[in-house]
Amino acid sequence: MNFVDLLFLIFATLALGGGVLMIFSRHPVSAAMFMIVSMVSVAGLFVLLEAFFLAILQVLVYAGAVMVLFLFIIMLLDVGPDAGKTSRVKFISGLAGVVCFGILMVLCLIAVVDASPVCGSCSSWPALSENSLVNGQSLLFSTSVKSFGFGLFSKYMLPIQVAGFLLLAAMVGVIILSKRVALDR
Amino acid sequence: MEYVTPQHFLLLSFLLFGVGFLGVVIRRNLLLVLMSLELMLNGVNLALVSFSRAGLNLDGSLFVFFIMTVAAAEVAVGLALLVALYKKRRSVFSEDAALLQN
Repeated sequence: MNFVDLLFLIFATLALGGGVLMIFSRHPVSAAMFMIVSMVSVAGLFVLLEAFFLAILQVLVYAGAVMVLFLFIIMLLDVGPDAGKTSRVKFISGLAGVVCFGILMVLCLIAVVDASPVCGSCSSWPALSENSLVNGQSLLFSTSVKSFGFGLFSKYMLPIQVAGFLLLAAMVGVIILSKRVALDR
Repeated sequence: MEYVTPQHFLLLSFLLFGVGFLGVVIRRNLLLVLMSLELMLNGVNLALVSFSRAGLNLDGSLFVFFIMTVAAAEVAVGLALLVALYKKRRSVFSEDAALLQN
């Protein structure tokens, strides 16, 4: 077992353990803390996959902005631990969740076990390789931020504009939703 | 275990997605439901990056960028809706927002 395997095991355990503890924790603040653990370990897995820019982005956006927003809302609403009947998982939803989880896991395991296309021939894995708009050649995997920028502003020009417009729409929507409406009460 | 392959990352991403899905279905605190949605998106991100690394193609990594954008927008709008719901109902549990159920 070399160093990368050990790091993968550590980060995978932290990510999964954080997720499981998150969905089963009583108090929303501790759930948010476990979620931060899970997100940071996913960022570590991104580093293992040599996607350094995405790892930084994961820490900044998810563990930074999103979870701070969650914690802010939890403390603003003063949500305590689930008490009484609300803490118990409803039987029918628990059954549905476990059954769907099992079906999903079985299907995914089948897909992974006889997944010859995934890494049987990694060099020729993308079957549709003629999908690029940049001089007819696809974007090669790279660790540098420069190639990210090049890809985003050449091949994905329209999607990045749409993403920016989506952010604008979300901002306007949040302002309208959280504005105090005088006519409401 | 001898060497980490893309299958290991894929299996982990499936498990993360499944755990997030389980959280979405069984939890009734809407804050926890939103957090589990984030966990599902994280699993998808991990699968995309590992595909991108295995296939030596940057498109998967670029798509993760857009997923992060959409997730941030979704969390902002979802939490604003949650605050609006809390102002109306004084509760963040999904069974208290069951006006259409009966």
